[in-house]
Amino acid sequence: MSTALPPAVGDGASPGRTRRLSGRRRVAGLVLIFVVVALAWEGAKWLGGDPWRIHGSVLGLAVDYEHFPPFRWRIADDLSLPHVWDVIRAFIDPAQRGGTPLGLDLIGRAAFTFREAATGFAFGALLGLLLAILFVHSRLAERAFVPYVVASQAVPILAISPIIVVATQAGWLSVAVISTYLTFFPVTIGALRGLRAADPRAFELFRSYAASAREILWRLQLPASVPYLFASLRVAAAASVIGAIIGELPSGIPDGLGSAILNYNQYYITAPERLWATIVACSLVGLCFVGLVRVAESLVTRGRYRTLEIA
Amino acid sequence: MTDLQPRSASPAAASRAVVEAAGVTKIFGSGDAAVAALETIDLSIREGEFVSLIGPSGCGKSTLLRLIGDLTAPSAGDVRVNGKPARQARLDRDYGMVFQAPVLMDWRSVARNIELPLEIMGFSREERTRRSAELLRLVELEGFEARHPWQLSGGMQQRVAIARALAFDPKLLLMDEPFGALDEMTRERMNLELMKIWGRTGTTIVFVTHSIPEAVFLSTRVAVMSARPGRITKIVDVDLAQPRTVDTREDRRYFELVTEVRETLRRHEPQGAIEEVEADRIRAEGLG
Repeated sequence: MSTALPPAVGDGASPGRTRRLSGRRRVAGLVLIFVVVALAWEGAKWLGGDPWRIHGSVLGLAVDYEHFPPFRWRIADDLSLPHVWDVIRAFIDPAQRGGTPLGLDLIGRAAFTFREAATGFAFGALLGLLLAILFVHSRLAERAFVPYVVASQAVPILAISPIIVVATQAGWLSVAVISTYLTFFPVTIGALRGLRAADPRAFELFRSYAASAREILWRLQLPASVPYLFASLRVAAAASVIGAIIGELPSGIPDGLGSAILNYNQYYITAPERLWATIVACSLVGLCFVGLVRVAESLVTRGRYRTLEIA
Repeated sequence: MTDLQPRSASPAAASRAVVEAAGVTKIFGSGDAAVAALETIDLSIREGEFVSLIGPSGCGKSTLLRLIGDLTAPSAGDVRVNGKPARQARLDRDYGMVFQAPVLMDWRSVARNIELPLEIMGFSREERTRRSAELLRLVELEGFEARHPWQLSGGMQQRVAIARALAFDPKLLLMDEPFGALDEMTRERMNLELMKIWGRTGTTIVFVTHSIPEAVFLSTRVAVMSARPGRITKIVDVDLAQPRTVDTREDRRYFELVTEVRETLRRHEPQGAIEEVEADRIRAEGLG
């Protein structure tokens, strides 16, 4: 019989190779997209932005170049779209006269906001999962609560955040609560779908083992929900960052990205590149967070699929 | 697995009924839409037997198997397993189940898939490891314990499913077209494998199949069923020598029995759409 054994499909090394390769590709893709966006951005300014001039020396050569765009578009002027190099330079220039570079300042703020977002994400993910488990076990609870859960998400967070801030006293906790509020919903929806995703015959199999509802939850429904759960956790990770930033605004917390956004909003006319730099910082926080969730996913689902590329 | 010794053929043990169905009727739907999937089925299966249920689509053979496993309840009649009501037998974990698809948990390695029922039933870690190693040997999958299901071929996955069903040493194995999705060559090899396993464990097996040669090759008795309503039209005793080997398929008696089963099936062929009943069953049960 052993001679007739068909060979196992693939070998142990291939999944790892797939992951490394796709990781490198992903970084290359990110860089490529950045370059494309920067080129489009500067291309728009080239055609319809404000006139600009480079005057100085590069590698000992005197450079004096002036460009007059053929059109004038408001959307491409220096106020709406500051030059890419101005945004990059904004990271290096000090935030205040004689202070630390804006980039360093933003890193500190990003870490602070990230911590709030992570707390909100943790609570939100837990709440979302618990709600889904409740709904999957009780049709009545599902019918009674789901409309409210949906309604809760239809209310703009801006309307609710002051209420939460007043109720929980402005501070770290209120931010985490607002972040939780934005986080739990996608997790509930994703987990609800995932908890019902297992093969119907697998449920029969567990029935044939006379397995308890708890056994079915732990050994069938939760593991089967993992792909759905992680898809919604990625959405939730990005939403938790937004929740944290929005939560900082009415709380008056000065240490996060929220106050930087507020601040550079006010000085937009004089220094638009600082707001743009802050926007970049916000999206990087979200990107890092979603990336962490991805890493967690690939650890949890190691060996489970043919490839580790999960859309 | 405590009994991997050659099966004992003690007459006392052989006479004990493992499955008893009396007047079992199963109706899906109600009113005008009601379909009798099974009508007054009487069937008794003794310990150590290998009984195949064969018939056209919609004859209710899968439904009968699911009734024995208490995965669905009869509309009328009584199903007893090991002398107990089917429900009690299920709660006592008296049987193992194998479906047409392997239904392996893709997040578990091969060994952990086999150990799944043992975990649910509260076996100790050492016992689980011991049994899964033993079963991997039984289904000849040693060395694959750390693989995940996607790394195995269809036949290997089905062997894992069989090992999983045997893991807690049930005295009854219910198999619902377990080799139906496999190619002919793999199927024939799996039939031989199953005969070896049956010979070594002495488990009573109820086996649903579409394949006449498969039913004759494996069984001690073949229950031939007809559709609309689902009935057992004839039970064919398969008096081929044990153990069944590759040579069994060359036996003249084997061909005679295949012909007998085929003609019984043909005689009771219903006129017209037999698929309809099956489609109704699937709809009524919400199966995919």
